Amino acid sequence: MVELVARTPCEGLLPYEAGEAELSEIIPKRITSLAPFEDSTLLKPLKTALGVELPAPGQSVKAKDGRIVWTGQNQFFVLDAEVPALDAAVTDQSDAWAMVALGGAAAIDVMARICPLDCAHMTASQVARSLIGHMPAIIIRTKTGFEIMVFRAFAKTLVNEVSHVMDAVAARGALST
Amino acid sequence: MRLTCPICGDRDRREFYYLGAADYLDRPVEGEAEATHRYLHLRDNPAGVTRDLWQHEAGCAAWLVVERNVTTHEILQVSLAKDEIRDAR
Ligand SMILES: [Zn+2]
Repeated sequence: MVELVARTPCEGLLPYEAGEAELSEIIPKRITSLAPFEDSTLLKPLKTALGVELPAPGQSVKAKDGRIVWTGQNQFFVLDAEVPALDAAVTDQSDAWAMVALGGAAAIDVMARICPLDCAHMTASQVARSLIGHMPAIIIRTKTGFEIMVFRAFAKTLVNEVSHVMDAVAARGALST
Repeated sequence: MRLTCPICGDRDRREFYYLGAADYLDRPVEGEAEATHRYLHLRDNPAGVTRDLWQHEAGCAAWLVVERNVTTHEILQVSLAKDEIRDAR
């Protein structure tokens, strides 16, 4: 029998630190994509189980045992928490995404170099779909930095590109002191 | 160039994919050869205001109708394609 060994998307690649920025992997217990049908009364079981309504576009909300993140037109990700039986398009995407946390005082400078959003103006729990380099990404602003999700197949590229920018920002910081 | 997505707000052009004239929303009745020919091949090419289909590909994924002036580069309006279709019905 072949013995399969489960590996996380960024295993062996993170954590990484450069200057005032840190990059580490986040491993959600589960990631469930949720696309509701037009009739919003069908979402009642979700509200009962998680204790919150779906967030507005560009927002995420804390829920019981996890959170709900807006991820696009009529699409949400439920992180960590278990989604109850629901009349909606629900898919398990736990193994499909790489998720990292970018923190430290230089996190905003790093994002400014690699993302077309005006990240400095995002507030905690705000969400945007945008680009990291050329990769489509989900970007969540946290109190201490950013959480970034990309397709799992891009994990290595994500770490490579972000860590390269972290190095550049650290070098620029060292030059100007 | 920046476009204001009705869902995501003001965003950089590189997040968007361009498809072509918004005429693609008005599908002809199946079997009408002349209308299909017009739908696929005949386009006005005004030096002025055009209506095009764009997708917020790296954003919320919504299809958008963008009204812009190709001589002044002014963006006049951005709306959700699904709303435009709904209004037309
Ligand atoms: Zn959008």
